[in-house]
Amino acid sequence: MTEIFLIAIAVMIFVVIFQIAKASEYVSVLKGEEKAKKQTNKINAFMLIAFLVLGLIGCWWCNELYYGKTLFPQGAASEHGQKIDLMLYITIGVTGVVFLITQVLLFWFAFKYQERDDRKAYYFPHNTKLELIWTTVPAIFLTVLVVFGLKYWFKMTGEAPKESIIVEVTGHQFAWEFRYPGPDKILGRKDYRLTKGANGLGVDFNDPASLDDIHVPVTMHLPVNKPVKLIINAQDVIHDVGLSHFRLKMDAVPGIPTTMWFTPLYTTEEMKVRSNNPNFVYEISCDQMCGKGHFSMRGVIIVESEADYNKWLATQQPEYYTVFPDKKPKSAEDVVPADSTKKSIQLSAILPSGK
Amino acid sequence: MSNTITSQEQAVNVVHEHEAHGEHHHHETFITKYVFSQDHKMIAKQFLITGMIWAIIGGLFSVLFRLQLGYPESTFPWLEDLLGHWAKGGKLQPEFYYALVTMHGTILVFFVLTAGLSGTFANFLIPLQIGARDMASPLLNMLSYWFFFLASVIMFSSLFVQTGPASGGWTIYPPLSALGDASSGSKIGMDLWLVSMAMFIVSSLLGGLNYISTILNMRTKGMSMTRMPLTIWALFFTAVLGVLSFPVLLSGAILLLFDRNLGTSFFLSDIVVAGKILPNEGGSAILFQHLFWFLGHPEVYIILLPAMGMSSEIISVSSRKPIFGYMAMVGSLFAIAILAFLVWAHHMFVTGLNPFLGAFFVLLTLLIAVPSAIKVFNWLTTLWRASIRFTPQMLFAIGFVSMFISGGLTGIFLGNSALDIHLHDTYFVVAHFHIVMGVASFMGMFAGVYHWFPKMYGRFMNQTLGYIHFWITIVGAYLIFWPMHYEGLAGMPRRYYDFSMWESFKMFAGLNQFISFVSMIVFAGQLLFVVNFFYSIFKGRKVTTTNPWGSNTLEWTTPIKPGHGNWAGEIPEVHRGAYDYGKDGREFIPQTEAVGANESHH
Repeated sequence: MTEIFLIAIAVMIFVVIFQIAKASEYVSVLKGEEKAKKQTNKINAFMLIAFLVLGLIGCWWCNELYYGKTLFPQGAASEHGQKIDLMLYITIGVTGVVFLITQVLLFWFAFKYQERDDRKAYYFPHNTKLELIWTTVPAIFLTVLVVFGLKYWFKMTGEAPKESIIVEVTGHQFAWEFRYPGPDKILGRKDYRLTKGANGLGVDFNDPASLDDIHVPVTMHLPVNKPVKLIINAQDVIHDVGLSHFRLKMDAVPGIPTTMWFTPLYTTEEMKVRSNNPNFVYEISCDQMCGKGHFSMRGVIIVESEADYNKWLATQQPEYYTVFPDKKPKSAEDVVPADSTKKSIQLSAILPSGK
Repeated sequence: MSNTITSQEQAVNVVHEHEAHGEHHHHETFITKYVFSQDHKMIAKQFLITGMIWAIIGGLFSVLFRLQLGYPESTFPWLEDLLGHWAKGGKLQPEFYYALVTMHGTILVFFVLTAGLSGTFANFLIPLQIGARDMASPLLNMLSYWFFFLASVIMFSSLFVQTGPASGGWTIYPPLSALGDASSGSKIGMDLWLVSMAMFIVSSLLGGLNYISTILNMRTKGMSMTRMPLTIWALFFTAVLGVLSFPVLLSGAILLLFDRNLGTSFFLSDIVVAGKILPNEGGSAILFQHLFWFLGHPEVYIILLPAMGMSSEIISVSSRKPIFGYMAMVGSLFAIAILAFLVWAHHMFVTGLNPFLGAFFVLLTLLIAVPSAIKVFNWLTTLWRASIRFTPQMLFAIGFVSMFISGGLTGIFLGNSALDIHLHDTYFVVAHFHIVMGVASFMGMFAGVYHWFPKMYGRFMNQTLGYIHFWITIVGAYLIFWPMHYEGLAGMPRRYYDFSMWESFKMFAGLNQFISFVSMIVFAGQLLFVVNFFYSIFKGRKVTTTNPWGSNTLEWTTPIKPGHGNWAGEIPEVHRGAYDYGKDGREFIPQTEAVGANESHH
């Protein structure tokens, strides 16, 4: 019922506006078109300058309301992220000044040079010097932005440090899976054709390196202040590992593994304080449209002290034993075949991507 | 007819002869005049009205999905009455939410801002402003519209198939768009999408080739390239961009059809979907993105350039001043057109693209800011010491410049790859392209409609409604899109159906509600324009002089309601550029006026 009521009101407002507009046309004819034209010209020129002033106040107010909700106040949680924030500030500064100058000139000129009886337009078709100035000045500013941007870009997309922890990330509709390489520090080979039942990631358990690999869903654990390299895969469609707190993002593409590395600077507990939010959690958002559950493809990262991380890691059971529960050893002695490390080095040299 | 003869001189003579036989030579039926018309002016109107219908549909879709974003907790029983199982219990289903988002993008980008904008104004203005009786090939021109119509029918029918229309985003990245098992929108809806786009591309190519050959070959005597109005230059570069880039999308669409229906693996490899292990190996999902964006990026300039051209013309006419730096304006259009082909991979910085390759795309992308800056400063200088008449079209042209500045500057953020890593696919991107490409181009289009409506229909649109329309649009657009930058800076991803489960993004619920509310008002404001448009066709104030805006260009030397062939007698000769406003103390000097002996040189 309320809907019908709302629609009726909207239609009425619509009709009223339309009738007023129609009447105004007759009024202007009665008043004399020239006079009416002058009047609307004045009104609109005034509205333009009012729009500028109110608009700039609005920008300031919007900033008051929402700056606190952006990621700036809590700071970036990775070294890469801090560089990105710095660059964002520089870019906001440069573009902000240009924005202010050009918008003010636009609306101020429009207001100031409205048609008046005593005004004649100034014939000014071109001026080479002026045009050269506003070709070169933006070019110089842009060069600065490009140089800084590329410096950071190469640093961020460069090789991960050798001591990085490796975690394999796999996206599928609509969840994230993680695989840790285990004590041998090598991820076992994968083949998507082996994906079946409990072996959800298609791990090739004929590869000895895979025997100690650990598979965890949804939540990734990471130690603080240690570089981590993510090897990113997708099983079905393109996904994207979005880490807004670390200011990072990388697509997960079926058939083409990608990588990304970073160093977390704060534990989840520290971030709860920094962000003033006791419920704070590092979230992995899927940032590439992947189907109807795209918005719910959520992962979590728990960043903790190295001791806590190692403690957590020690409690994890290799995936081999979940896929083949009968192979699970009775005693803790023979968890991993002793010679697996050597063999798997050779294998991983052939298949660096972990496939 | 005249148009088959290449030599301009001959053409003029033939047409002249032909007209000597009298007006009664044309026995136009309703069908040949209004339906299968070969008159460029009628075809333009067909494009415009079809585009307007699409704009209403596409805009309505955005209002529907904004309902979900703004009021995720509420249910709207009337939605179920309207959409059936797509809104079970009065709540949009995620599948349909994504279908709406996808169709909103497709419709607005292709059907409204490509066909509706450049289709309308290229058809209408090119022959009128260069002094030609029609397009080089009126037949191809008519076919161009009817292929667009066919594309429209197919796309529209896809809205009603049982599994829903395409829902993988307007960029239709495979494998999502290739696999029916991955998404119900990737079933028959996706095939219809691809076939419709193939028809659309045919339409766009027929149109584009026609625009280019008309501009190059059919200019009237004296109309050298450097005397052409900037609208024509902009439409020329638009057509060149379309002709060179649309075929690449066609190839991508056809390969995708093969992958979907013939078992090929162009874009597919190593896929397990819904428990099924697919046999496809060796394809590259990234290849499609290259093919798509090789069109996709020029496409944003295809949308934007006509708006730039029309705004330039309207700003100059309404300022009673020459456009500042005509040659620089042409040069910057040219630079933008060239660079448009060299920046496509800036949409792909986070796909795992080789960072070294990415660096070149950063450089070339930010280079676009230079010609853009030239254009902005030239528009500003045109306004300086002008004598401005604030007609609705002038307000929209000023609005265009304001939007172009705001949206262009955020492009500097996104084109810089290091920042793009953070901002990619967040609401910052949504804000950026809606402002610079969506709202700005719409402003240019509205400016064009208000300005040339008298030439189209011999009547004026209601000015008061025009003013109300402008103020609702510009205020609303900034209210909707400005705060979205903040959501983007918080990392809030685009294309999310619901944010309530996310600790990192749920704090914007109030803002989302506000944006949704404003979007409904702005949508209603656009309906004012639609009503004004159709009402004025029949009841608008009649135009009584041939040149109501005091404009220099040739279209205002035709009769108030020009017939097929545009000029009753000979096509006028051109003696000067299009921007002699305020020269030597005269308010304006039409292009047809010979240069006087005492006239000053600049």
